[in-house]
Amino acid sequence: MSISYDMYQEQILDHYKHPRNKGPLAGATKNGRDSNPLCGDEVVLHVKVDGSDRIAEVKFEGQGCAISQASASMLTTMVKGMPLSDAEGLGKDAVLKKLGIPLSAVRLKCALLSLHVLKLALGQKADVPT
Amino acid sequence: MTVPTIMEHHSNHVPWHFVKDHKGAVLKYVDVKDDGTLRMEQYDDLLTNRTKIVTVTLCSNVLGTINPVQEIAKRAHEVGAICVVDAAQAAPHMPIDVQALDADFLAFSGHKMLGPTGIGVLYGKQELFEATEPLLGGGEMIREVHLGWAKWNDVPYKFEGGTPNIAGAIGLGAAVDYLTKIGMEAVRGHEIEITEYALEKLARLKGVTTYGPKDVKKRAGVVSFTIDGAHPHDIASILDVEGICVRSGHHCAQPLMERFNLPATARASFYIYNDMDDADALVAGIKKVQEVFA
Repeated sequence: MSISYDMYQEQILDHYKHPRNKGPLAGATKNGRDSNPLCGDEVVLHVKVDGSDRIAEVKFEGQGCAISQASASMLTTMVKGMPLSDAEGLGKDAVLKKLGIPLSAVRLKCALLSLHVLKLALGQKADVPT
Repeated sequence: MTVPTIMEHHSNHVPWHFVKDHKGAVLKYVDVKDDGTLRMEQYDDLLTNRTKIVTVTLCSNVLGTINPVQEIAKRAHEVGAICVVDAAQAAPHMPIDVQALDADFLAFSGHKMLGPTGIGVLYGKQELFEATEPLLGGGEMIREVHLGWAKWNDVPYKFEGGTPNIAGAIGLGAAVDYLTKIGMEAVRGHEIEITEYALEKLARLKGVTTYGPKDVKKRAGVVSFTIDGAHPHDIASILDVEGICVRSGHHCAQPLMERFNLPATARASFYIYNDMDDADALVAGIKKVQEVFA
């Protein structure tokens, strides 16, 4: 198996075809949106933080390639229920480890778009390359 | 007023944005039909005696459409405008007769026609070049320099200020010689053959959509396509593994993508080094993509 086929392993295709936590979120307290102008990938994240500073609900919307959309779906499963401080500390290494696929520099941008949008939603400095 | 079309490459959009910003020019665009050809009737309303420039690509880099530039130039001249032609996508692929087209200016680049980067060609009518001020100062472009004023050299030297891209010019010359030896009619004939074959094969694939004119006589050998359920970037990644290089994205033609309501397409580009086996490989590769995303 070559690098590119590894990119489309079952887990990625499963999240792409059956995205988790996809759709709008009524009562979201934080929202973020961004797109990758080169590919047209777009991710919108809706986050609801509860009284004990925990991410009670998270939903995403968007369109784009399998990598960007699967990554967004997986990110929602990662941060749901997470203390806000942990989500704020989430780095690209953790996301890439969760994805578990080799990525070229170009596709890295697809994979990290959703993390970038999470940082925007949480009002952090967006230091993730997109 | 300047009249481009919505099928232009960004490289024939952005310079007109500059003209708009610097000179206050009004930009009005000719639309395309769903079959990828220009809505020629729109020139009836858009061209007036206030139109200064009509600009169009000779060949769309996304749809492959070969535009009726001769007719468009004629319409431009009827209202006293000039016709500026982007031939970057046409020059490598077909014979071009600038006099028959009656283009006032026509540009193309070296790296699209087997030549080096950093060099291209601008054709223009002598009297228009003479009326045009130079863009850059430098060696070769002056005849006399005095305190506070200078006289420009003749065309074309007045546009070639500074040390020229010597290596690039020699490289482009070699590319032109190479293509001329093959013959541009032969290049075009070869591309028509493969494109016709590829379009016919692709038309038989369920879930695959191709864009642009179906008649190969009206189009060049770029074939943009989409596959249901697979994003063009994923198509390109999988075809890459299969040894097939395609381009994916908006092809630097975002207004056209918006017109067709597409975020992106994948695009196969056939040229002199391709043959029918490559078209077959593309079809087999597309089937792989469909398997992965089934």
